[in-house]
Amino acid sequence: MKTLVSALIAGLLMGFGLSLSGMGDPKNVIGFLDLFGNWNPRLIFVMGGAVIVTFIGYRFVLKRKTPLFDTAFHLPLSQVIDTKLVAGSALFGIGWGLSGYCPGPALISLNTPSIEIFTFVGVMAASSMLTRFVVSKNAKSDEA
Amino acid sequence: MHPFLLSLIGGAILGIGAVVLMATLGRIAGISSIAFSNLQEKWRWAFVAGLVIAPQLALLITGSNGIGAPVVSVGALAVAAVCVGVGTALSNGCTSGHGVCGLSRLSVRSLVATLIFMGVAIATVALTKGF
Repeated sequence: MKTLVSALIAGLLMGFGLSLSGMGDPKNVIGFLDLFGNWNPRLIFVMGGAVIVTFIGYRFVLKRKTPLFDTAFHLPLSQVIDTKLVAGSALFGIGWGLSGYCPGPALISLNTPSIEIFTFVGVMAASSMLTRFVVSKNAKSDEA
Repeated sequence: MHPFLLSLIGGAILGIGAVVLMATLGRIAGISSIAFSNLQEKWRWAFVAGLVIAPQLALLITGSNGIGAPVVSVGALAVAAVCVGVGTALSNGCTSGHGVCGLSRLSVRSLVATLIFMGVAIATVALTKGF
């Protein structure tokens, strides 16, 4: 129960932050990415605010031995910079630049659903899950 | 309120949410990874529910839900969604996972990811504006 409530609160905070930030409006995102055109710098302030708070918060939180409601921190161990990272990041950049949506803003937009939003979220979800499935199968067959 | 200040505060609250997730469940607040892997774990559904409900709270408290309509066609959205879905799964992160959490952990991997997706996104907008 504590786990569910904690996750809900974290999601509410992140969603609320996204709503305030202006990132829920793809016009603002594309405006920020339009670096060589009509530049809208708002995303800088979003990233700045988020990274400063998270950096400071993590420094305190990660000093503890364990999180409050789990037995260990689940931190990514890999520092490998491989083809998947580079190609995946580039592909993500294309999609973000085309639509102005990344996963968070797309999900909060489900609050005001439309054919367009359902399409984006549905296709994104299916693509993501299928990719993860394929990647994990390849990883298993590499081990064999 | 000036849009820059609103964005800064929104970003800060986003950060608080990420810190809360780390403090309570010990997890990176990478929205793509939370929402699209290990969906048998119920906390992920609670997290996404929070995301989807939040604009309602924003509407109540500030008078705006902060959501704007899509600016490209359904077809373009579908193509973009494949790119975002496959791309974030391959790179194991997105703007929240790599851009906020990864950078906050001083992760070189996340820095590389962030520089690449930012750069490519900027190039994509520059190229598509020509059409």
